[in-house]
Amino acid sequence: MSGNILEVTGVTKVFGGLTAVNDVTMNIPERSIISVIGPNGAGKTTFFNMITGIYEPTKGSIRLAGRELVGLRPDQVTEAGIARTFQNIRLFSSMTSEENIMVGRHSRLKSTFVDAMLRTKKFHESEQEARDAARIMLDFVGLGKWRNELATNLPYGDQRKLEIARALATTPKLILLDEPAAGMNPRETEDLKALIRRIRDELGVTVCLIEHDMRLVMTLSEGITVLDYGSKISEGLPHQVRNDPRVMEAYLGRGAAAGEYGKEERPHV
Amino acid sequence: MTAPTSTPNPFKNLPRAGQPDRTVLLMLFFIISSGILLASHNAPLLESLGSLGSFLKNPIVEALFVSLFLANVLFAYLWKAAPWARMLVGVGSLLFVLPLAGREDTSLLDLSIQIMIFAALALGLNIVVGLAGLLDLGYIAFFAVGAYLWGIFASPRFAEVLRYYGENPGATNAGTLAIGLFLLVVTIASLVYISRLTARTAPTALSTWSFRLASLGAVAGLTLTLRAVMVLMSGSADSLEAGINPGFFWLFLALSIMAAAIVGVLIGLPVLKLKGDYLAIITLGLGEVIRVLANNLDLYSAGSQGITPIGTASVPWFNTLAGALGFAEDQHYLLFLYALVLVVIGVILLVNVRLDRSRIGRAWIAIRDDEVAAQAMGVPLMQTKLIAFATGASFAGVMGMIFAAKQTFISPESFVLNQSIMVLAMVILGGMGSFPGVILGAGVVTLLNLRILPGLGEATANLGIPQEVNPGQLQRLIFGAILVAMMLLRPEGLLPNRRRQLELHHEDHQEDDSAQGNAGALGKGGGDVYSAGYAPAKEDDKAGGSR
Repeated sequence: MSGNILEVTGVTKVFGGLTAVNDVTMNIPERSIISVIGPNGAGKTTFFNMITGIYEPTKGSIRLAGRELVGLRPDQVTEAGIARTFQNIRLFSSMTSEENIMVGRHSRLKSTFVDAMLRTKKFHESEQEARDAARIMLDFVGLGKWRNELATNLPYGDQRKLEIARALATTPKLILLDEPAAGMNPRETEDLKALIRRIRDELGVTVCLIEHDMRLVMTLSEGITVLDYGSKISEGLPHQVRNDPRVMEAYLGRGAAAGEYGKEERPHV
Repeated sequence: MTAPTSTPNPFKNLPRAGQPDRTVLLMLFFIISSGILLASHNAPLLESLGSLGSFLKNPIVEALFVSLFLANVLFAYLWKAAPWARMLVGVGSLLFVLPLAGREDTSLLDLSIQIMIFAALALGLNIVVGLAGLLDLGYIAFFAVGAYLWGIFASPRFAEVLRYYGENPGATNAGTLAIGLFLLVVTIASLVYISRLTARTAPTALSTWSFRLASLGAVAGLTLTLRAVMVLMSGSADSLEAGINPGFFWLFLALSIMAAAIVGVLIGLPVLKLKGDYLAIITLGLGEVIRVLANNLDLYSAGSQGITPIGTASVPWFNTLAGALGFAEDQHYLLFLYALVLVVIGVILLVNVRLDRSRIGRAWIAIRDDEVAAQAMGVPLMQTKLIAFATGASFAGVMGMIFAAKQTFISPESFVLNQSIMVLAMVILGGMGSFPGVILGAGVVTLLNLRILPGLGEATANLGIPQEVNPGQLQRLIFGAILVAMMLLRPEGLLPNRRRQLELHHEDHQEDDSAQGNAGALGKGGGDVYSAGYAPAKEDDKAGGSR
């Protein structure tokens, strides 16, 4: 590990009177797999949306390899080296798998409007590059056979993988996965786990994921950050977080965490 | 496509796949429909045919034969036939038979030019609405920009404008020109510099405000420069009584493209942050603003009276050619415009196809499918949408200029909202996102508007049908009914884009409905990430459970 790829310092996001994310600081070491967990409504996706530039933080700083990202547009953040997937799959439904990934390549292609009109050498080179990237990425996630299939016609689990492949096509330094295992069966989840490891090991891309599947999180992550009501309540290695009373409290309620489950108050899960 | 494909590419299945070979049928249809077209526009021949002649002269019959003939080109595209036959029918119809028939009846050339002008408009709007998914209801404004650009300079208006400035020079002199030019150069240089600076970093308050200031300076510089040029040129007003030299036609063809593209960017900048319904309403408003400007800027546009006569291009070599082919003197110009429009629409089609299959075309479709995802994949929304707007506008601009040159008269009446709607109807009727589709849509709507429905009116005028149920009086109703029927029976359009067809009939053969359902290009609201205030609360409500 050679330092932090992403340094988030004291970010806060206020919507009207509601503080969705409150003074969260988090560092992601290079080439690591980090998870962000927390109960529903803890502000995890808002946190992701701030890193990727969809929301501008009310306060705080976000640095990717030393470069300040706050104030950049989402497409500029992607160009800087952060790619993401979405909690509810957002593929381009009228495009094939290959074309979806070629869109992911957009910011890395050099050809311009004029090149496209005049069909210059640069245009042909960049189209070839995009197609090559698409082939490599489809093979990487194991979707080679779906290359010319419409994205919407893919099975659900494969759509998730295609979204990951599309994000990887942007050649990111860091990839943010928003609930990649949502709706997957245990076998698909195992596949996904292997894929995430390969993203880190073979491509050298740092991974940060939001996930509710605790088994996946605990076995995969090298570090976990726990958010609750917008604040960071715990951070550390999986076993440390698992045994943190504050985390149990957040997930199960105060009584349960204190070992008095069922005596005083019902847990609010 | 280099690697072997395992699944067939859905976009590779051309409409002709699986058809029987129809070479003979195509040739037969071409010969018969051309024969009828040529015969029915040959006045002496019709005289000698007696009652058959008067039947052929019946406006509705004539309109049907013209439509049948134009269908040749469509069939040459659609039918599976030998390539030589399809080429022969396409080229023969447009370059040989149509001009030949037009020699007898110039209204045919006029009609063809009109169809192609609208086809170009539809192709331009198709980029904005069909590909990028931005509903623009003020599209005809760009057509007006091109038309007025040529209209003002190539008519007596220009001399009047110069005279006005000559009589009211104010403090303007050669010094003003120098100041204006200096301001223009400095501000444009700083605009470029600032946008370079902020290309990769977040904009600061300083950069934003200096950008605005420089924009203001650029506008001031441009105004000063133009005003100074007008005043300095005012002496030559008398020699420009009929507008500028027709030799400038080609320069203005390029200028109209640029002017419309610039207006497209200027209109796009403030409005393209909005989507769907909001964008539709604001473009509708801005389209009307351009028309009202044309109506009220009396000095430049002559208001509602309109500008006339508008000069024409002079192309001696073409006239010689046309003369050698047996065209009368007064037909040369129309034939020239026909050839010009044919070339321009060819170029537009080429540009369309090339852009569609490129990085920028993919970005447009990505934005149409899912704006949030497109931006997260590195597609700069504003820039990509502006390119769509400017490209669409430039097609309208160049055709607007040709329109002005053809009509020799333009007034704000030609650029009303109804025209925008008509172009949109062509795009939707033909098939959004499909190039052959929108051209067909333009052909069908223009034929209906200019020939079939008026022909119906003329044909039924003296038949004694009561006024209330006479189809000739109900042209608009029939047109509306056709549109409604089309949308009910074939929502994807006459010649649908394969993407859209697959999308619309997607549910038919889809087992698990896991699509995100963003198929609708137009009325798409913002994604859930934009619902500020509610985002944390609904953050996880789709976590897996929804499927």
